[in-house]
Amino acid sequence: MAPTFGKCFRFCCANTSPGEEDEMATESYEAAIKGLNDLLSKKTDLGNVAAEKIKVLTQELKELDASNNDAVERIKSGFTHFKTEKYLKNDALFSDLAKGQSPKFLVFACSDSRVCPSHILNFQPGEAFVVRNIANMVPPFDQKRHSGVGAAVEYAVVHLKVENIVVIGHSCCGGIKGLMSIEDDAAPTQSDFIENWVKIGAQARNKIKEENQDLSYDDQCNKCEKEAVNVSLGNLLSYPFVRAAVVKNTLAIRGAHYDFVKGTFDLWELDFKTTPAYEFS
Amino acid sequence: MALTLCGRARRLVSATSIYNHGCLQRLQQTGSDRFQLGEAKAIRLLPRRTNMVQELGSREEFMQENIDTETSYDFLDEMRQRFLKFKRQKYLPQIEKFQALAIAQSPKVMVIGCADSRVCPSYVLGFQPGEAFTIRNVANLITPIQNGPTETNSALEFAVTTLQVENIIVMGHSNCGGIAALMNHQNHLEQPSSLVERWVMNGKAAKLRTQEVSSHLSFDEQCRNCEKESIKDSVMNLITYPWIRDRVKRGEVKIHGCYYNLSDCSLEKWRLSSDKNSNEFYVSNREIWS
Repeated sequence: MAPTFGKCFRFCCANTSPGEEDEMATESYEAAIKGLNDLLSKKTDLGNVAAEKIKVLTQELKELDASNNDAVERIKSGFTHFKTEKYLKNDALFSDLAKGQSPKFLVFACSDSRVCPSHILNFQPGEAFVVRNIANMVPPFDQKRHSGVGAAVEYAVVHLKVENIVVIGHSCCGGIKGLMSIEDDAAPTQSDFIENWVKIGAQARNKIKEENQDLSYDDQCNKCEKEAVNVSLGNLLSYPFVRAAVVKNTLAIRGAHYDFVKGTFDLWELDFKTTPAYEFS
Repeated sequence: MALTLCGRARRLVSATSIYNHGCLQRLQQTGSDRFQLGEAKAIRLLPRRTNMVQELGSREEFMQENIDTETSYDFLDEMRQRFLKFKRQKYLPQIEKFQALAIAQSPKVMVIGCADSRVCPSYVLGFQPGEAFTIRNVANLITPIQNGPTETNSALEFAVTTLQVENIIVMGHSNCGGIAALMNHQNHLEQPSSLVERWVMNGKAAKLRTQEVSSHLSFDEQCRNCEKESIKDSVMNLITYPWIRDRVKRGEVKIHGCYYNLSDCSLEKWRLSSDKNSNEFYVSNREIWS
């Protein structure tokens, strides 16, 4: 009996890859097996019960291992593909990139899994400094709050000296749907953080609700997606270094909307300039 | 007025007539001595201000304005080419998949990566549309729940509670500008003046640990160590959110850390494991792919 059980557990442990902590685990279940063996050598009639339970345990451990490895296998194959098809075939580009980056674009895109700017706009490594958050929002300049986005804008505009900022909204945005379904500004928040964040686009929601009361909820959301991009564009101008660069004409700000239902991409500009003064005298 | 401006106006008019006939009509409506430069940018524009009058100025200034408009034509064209390439090569060949995605997304993975242009998680880890919910910020930092709401934790909440992702990957990388700024920042006592410094100071604990053990190493090597320590801190900060910690303990969500080294294209990855009985979390399954 005892040797059979020993073999069973050794089969289990072969599945897990060896590691520092795994050695401790090996010791602990070898101690457990020893305990079980001791018990069964005294009470052999428990043998069948034990066998059944061990089969269930083996199955559970196999499943645990398989589901863990799904994501790991996925990124392993993704990384291998990147290395063989892209990295090793573009030696010069990647060795330059290892020294530093000089992207021309700062892109704000939604965290949505369907709208990665690298896919949609085919950005290669080194081309675009990309910030992704819920509903691609840019909060107004604030020295205290939302320092995450502020840091990204500052780093891109002041240090990397990007030439273009593009804020890309998209269709079926969950964040915008969340924004549109907030009843009114004073309603208590249902979630901890999501509502707090999407409220940055509150102006857009109010405007769309006022002007488009006759439209369906989905159509309103569609308009709000674009209007929220405009709110973000306006907020970008509240950053002093952005405004300075735009006035000097070294930085252009654009909004965009990617509609994956129709397969279209809209692009528009934010124009901000002062003209020479007219003298009335 | 129209006659005297004829020489220069003609160039403008011909540009507008190619790109946007509606624009040409507006020029005529606003009067013969008023026009707008740079009007001819095509494709779904927002309504422009119509009362701005631009003085012609000297010939050099006029030429400069026209050069700017030409560069913006190139930009639009470049964007159009990029998008159409995506549409031809990915969207149309897999239209059923995109139509299914249009109804709902169900990514199994959430990635928190750096905004750095060289480390797009989709590019480096090979995620296709619909596979990974991605957050990108400077230095891939995650703040603990005690620090209050940020852009990052609102996205975490959405991904974990609404989309119910099964894996969370925190991906850091070498040569990170944000971490270099953190390591460079002197004088922790004063409030940082720049937004970048204010944000990266969230990684202060990693910096202190790095300096304790690696102060004899070069600045670059210290930065490499700090980048790795910062990934660990971000992962541990994930656990401060109860809706993440509970799911990790129940085995519904797995947390992985990744460090991508740009110079030699290697990826070090490990998993955060938890002991069912205790409240301990520890690093396991460490591998290096290169």
